[in-house]
Amino acid sequence: MNKLLQLIRKNANFTTAELSAMLGEPEKLIKEKLHEYHQKGIIKGYQAVVNWEEVDDSYVEALIELKVTPKKETGFDEMAQMCMAFEEVESVYLMAGVYDFALIVRGETMQDIAMFVAKKLSTIDGVLSTGTHFIMRRYKDRGMNLFDAENQTDERSLIL
Amino acid sequence: MDYQKYMNTRIQSVQPSGIRKFFDIANEMKDVISLSIGEPDFQTPWHIRDEGIRSLTKGKTWYSPNRGFADLLNEITKYYERRFGITYSPTKQTLVTVGGSEAIDLVLRVLVDEGDEVIIPQPSFVCYHPLTVMSGGVPVVINTKNEDNFRLRADDLRAAITDKTKLLVLPFPNNPTGAIMERHDLEEIAKVCIEKDILVLSDEIYSELTYGVRDHVSIASIDGMYERTVVINGFSKSYAMTGWRLGYALGPAEIIGQMTKLHQYGIMSAPTTAQYAAIEALRNGDRDVNRMRDEYDMRRRLVVDAFNDMGLTCFEPLGAFYVFPCIKSTGLSSDEFCTRLIMEKHVAVVPGNAFGESGNGFVRVSYSYSLKHLKIALERIREFLEELHHGN
Ligand SMILES: Cc1ncc(COP(=O)(O)O)c(C=O)c1O
Repeated sequence: MNKLLQLIRKNANFTTAELSAMLGEPEKLIKEKLHEYHQKGIIKGYQAVVNWEEVDDSYVEALIELKVTPKKETGFDEMAQMCMAFEEVESVYLMAGVYDFALIVRGETMQDIAMFVAKKLSTIDGVLSTGTHFIMRRYKDRGMNLFDAENQTDERSLIL
Repeated sequence: MDYQKYMNTRIQSVQPSGIRKFFDIANEMKDVISLSIGEPDFQTPWHIRDEGIRSLTKGKTWYSPNRGFADLLNEITKYYERRFGITYSPTKQTLVTVGGSEAIDLVLRVLVDEGDEVIIPQPSFVCYHPLTVMSGGVPVVINTKNEDNFRLRADDLRAAITDKTKLLVLPFPNNPTGAIMERHDLEEIAKVCIEKDILVLSDEIYSELTYGVRDHVSIASIDGMYERTVVINGFSKSYAMTGWRLGYALGPAEIIGQMTKLHQYGIMSAPTTAQYAAIEALRNGDRDVNRMRDEYDMRRRLVVDAFNDMGLTCFEPLGAFYVFPCIKSTGLSSDEFCTRLIMEKHVAVVPGNAFGESGNGFVRVSYSYSLKHLKIALERIREFLEELHHGN
């Protein structure tokens, strides 16, 4: 049933009847599987991929690098939980490399984000340093091209 | 000037392709949702493109040998051996051409004498009939039927054979019906061909696109058929390489030899860059083929299911990337159906009769489109049928 997950990961818009047709499995089984995935928390939810550049409602996002000292007992988990608790924080990833956490932080203006980092993040006990990278433009997001409509128009010719 | 009097009468007798008419309407509309295109929507896999680019970077911009590069000829024969269990000599029995299209033309021109009959099962790809006429042959059409899942039946073949028959065109997996021929079907056909001493042009361009458990079987692998079959294949459909224009023919050395002569004079050699890319495709492209086939299969199931649900019955196509639903229940002809669908719902599909008279009452729907695109198109077709139903 990994195929089911792969299908809806790309497009959550299919009806169970369509999924059943595509996968050649009875619709009842598809429904059961989806139910099970929700129950077990394998499917966490569904979101639209929005191209905000096309919408007036603007906002800013930044990728924040964090270097931290892990806590003795709980390692990185406690640190991660503290970061997760902020509404401004969209995503929290533990990284291998020159820093420990990458956060995606969302705010209305750059100033908002700068203040958030300075006042809220860098003051957490155990945070050694932060680095802020503002996202200027999204070309591709979650596998979708947000950039050029051109690439999405069908250039195939009608020939025979 | 009256140009007609200067022009070759045989060429003038050939009708332009019937698909065109709808393309012209479709081209004028801005927001058409098309299901009419007969080529992969995938781009050529990157590693294959990259080999093409690399060859250019290295300055490989000369003609290739007439038959094609030795590496490519080798890879083609290895591929036919590993996939379909048939052994050909890369140096004597293989020719690289400008698409399967050129290879089809060459076979017909090399084999057909004035007045020879060529049997063409229809519905099928539009080129066999006119190319037969242009080589001086006489096309003899066999209409395959919905109730036979559009397979060619040995009885029908036998009935079509006369003492003028020279060649059978065997177009499976089939464009536009999506029909395939399984081993037992081919064995019956083979018996007739051997008994009546006729040759076969087996157009296997969709050989990688068969679904379910059934792998493509080439008629050349059936006992007694190897020596009387010319196989046509290419890179367009299996590797999503239509624009590279590369195909090939495999068959008896004498026939391939004559085809090579014609190719040498008319074309010289197939595109060099494309050949470098194709070597990579055959060496390292199996995963791409499988990935695309899986994706097509999912679309195929979705589309077949939707048509059956809408009441346009649709036999299960096991090959290529087309479904061929029957539209007779609407009371419209294929032309009327397609014209109204495009005018009223801006959805383009191709009338079945563009592929032969027996396609009337059917339409060809290509599922070489993203699932998202297919869903929108199917929804519009559903609306069209509902309105048609209420309007009548
Ligand atoms: C059945 C069939 N044969 C041959 C061809 C020719 O393909 P190409 O010349 O690109 O190899 C096509 C293309 O649509 C086809 O559908």
